Amino acid sequence: MTTDITLIDSMESKETKSKSKISRQKLRKTITISLFIAPAFIVYSLYVIYPILATLNYSFFDWDGVSDKVFIGLDNYITMFNDDIFWVSLKNNIWIVFASVFIQIPLGLVMALLLFAPIRGIRLFNGVYFIPFLMSTVAVGILWRLMYDPINGAINQGINLLGFENIAWLSEQNIAIFSVLMVIVWQFSPFYMILFKAGIVGISEEMYEAAEIDGANYFQKFMKITLPLLAPTIVTSSILAIVGSLKSFDLFYIMTGGGPNHGTEILGTYMYKQAFVNYNMGYGSAVAFIMFALALVVVVIIQSLDHYRKKKGDYL
Amino acid sequence: MISILKRSLLYILAIVLLLFTGYPFIYMISTALKSQPQFYEAPFSLFTSFNLENVQLVFEMGLTRYFTNSVLITVLSVLAVMLFASMASYPLSRMKFKFRGVVYLLFIAGMMLPIHATLIPIFKLTQSMGLYDSLWALLGPYIAFSLPISVFILTQFMAEIPKSLEEAAELDGASHFSIFGRVILPMVTPALMTVLIYNFIHLWNEFVFALVLISTSERMTLPLGLQNFKGEFSVNIPGLMTALTLASIPVLLIYLFSQEKVTTGLAGGAVKE
Repeated sequence: MTTDITLIDSMESKETKSKSKISRQKLRKTITISLFIAPAFIVYSLYVIYPILATLNYSFFDWDGVSDKVFIGLDNYITMFNDDIFWVSLKNNIWIVFASVFIQIPLGLVMALLLFAPIRGIRLFNGVYFIPFLMSTVAVGILWRLMYDPINGAINQGINLLGFENIAWLSEQNIAIFSVLMVIVWQFSPFYMILFKAGIVGISEEMYEAAEIDGANYFQKFMKITLPLLAPTIVTSSILAIVGSLKSFDLFYIMTGGGPNHGTEILGTYMYKQAFVNYNMGYGSAVAFIMFALALVVVVIIQSLDHYRKKKGDYL
Repeated sequence: MISILKRSLLYILAIVLLLFTGYPFIYMISTALKSQPQFYEAPFSLFTSFNLENVQLVFEMGLTRYFTNSVLITVLSVLAVMLFASMASYPLSRMKFKFRGVVYLLFIAGMMLPIHATLIPIFKLTQSMGLYDSLWALLGPYIAFSLPISVFILTQFMAEIPKSLEEAAELDGASHFSIFGRVILPMVTPALMTVLIYNFIHLWNEFVFALVLISTSERMTLPLGLQNFKGEFSVNIPGLMTALTLASIPVLLIYLFSQEKVTTGLAGGAVKE
């Protein structure tokens, strides 16, 4: 009996020993993992996660940023939905998306296709096409403001030579938004060019060869092979265009400041003005939180569409 | 015959796009090399003069200061991002633990975030830390907003390293820290270069945070300083263009020496999806 008990005893102690060893190992692993992630996570929480929650919180207050906050519930959001300038800004943001999807992305595709065309000087074309994307948006804004200058600007001088009248590119309310959109197209098309370049490289040469044997011409090859296989890239580009529209600020701030008469106001410039020029921090937070919510909704919709598509195993 | 016609159409298209993308840039450099009277006489002419007195002028007007500030904050932020992001990516890509998916998603989601959603709290936070209107105010936001893309790129690369290398080191009794330093980091050097170039270009050109967090001219970074110049040089257009050209040089130099790296780097996040 005694031996039996000691046997059980020793077995038990063995088990607890190994258990505590495992849990100690587990604890050590947890500590190691935490130490690796901590620096990034602390900075990220402080400057990204906390601010989003704080923005939501501030949006329920009337607040100039200095004196005490006054809780006003959803009043900021009600004001915002009745605020014409908010809707103008949102409309202009949608214009940016349109310009991206219907001009920038196709232009990027054309540039990328040209880089695979049977012509000389590809390196030069590739190099120059990409330059606009490298310059700071501040520099781009200042440069194009000069190009658009009604008297000394290169564009008006150019159209004068062709016999046209000067145009007030940035100070005419209905024209200004298109002038800025043009600069956005100029600066960001190269980005899509790079995305498409990577997509085209991934298409196997054999498919084209097979199509050639079947007697397909250049246009048919494009429509039947290139375009369908680039569909995922086009989808990615469109997501980036929508999110990019909500991120845009610099060019508008530098070139027009949202003017004339809010003609080029976008959510970014409007939020900035409300918060840091008029010191309506509460209202500014409400606009800012709507920007966040819009980005979130877009990403969630697109992610779930993507999920659905993958489930079906269909990439178009 | 048809192929010659087709080919010349391709050339025409390529050259039209070349002029479209390249002309503003040429115009900027050409204007920078003019004196003021020369600009007003013939603003349209290209490379008619080679006048370098503007370079001296813009440096005297404070460009050196902006340059130093930009170099300092950009280099520090990028180094910190490379360290923090690669550290975080190691367990995220090579270890199994609770909440891994959530933590990863939290980091990655930052790529889609409009900066404006964080501006007011970051402004208040910076004030309460006593950092408002100093160059250091930018360090936190710059690191934080560079993390998502960097973690994304690095986890993708780290996930591809064969497990056997790590196991061999583990059998030799190496700790996770030495595995990270001696095995993982050397393997992901190309990805680290991508992270470096991507973030350098972005932070060098960053504007919104600088605009909100810095107000004194001496503490401004280049983009903010250029915006300041816009007012001071409203008459001296060649001077302004000189400042723009000089401010673009560092990024263009990087591009010149590592063209492929820059393009794949800048599109890195999106392409790998």
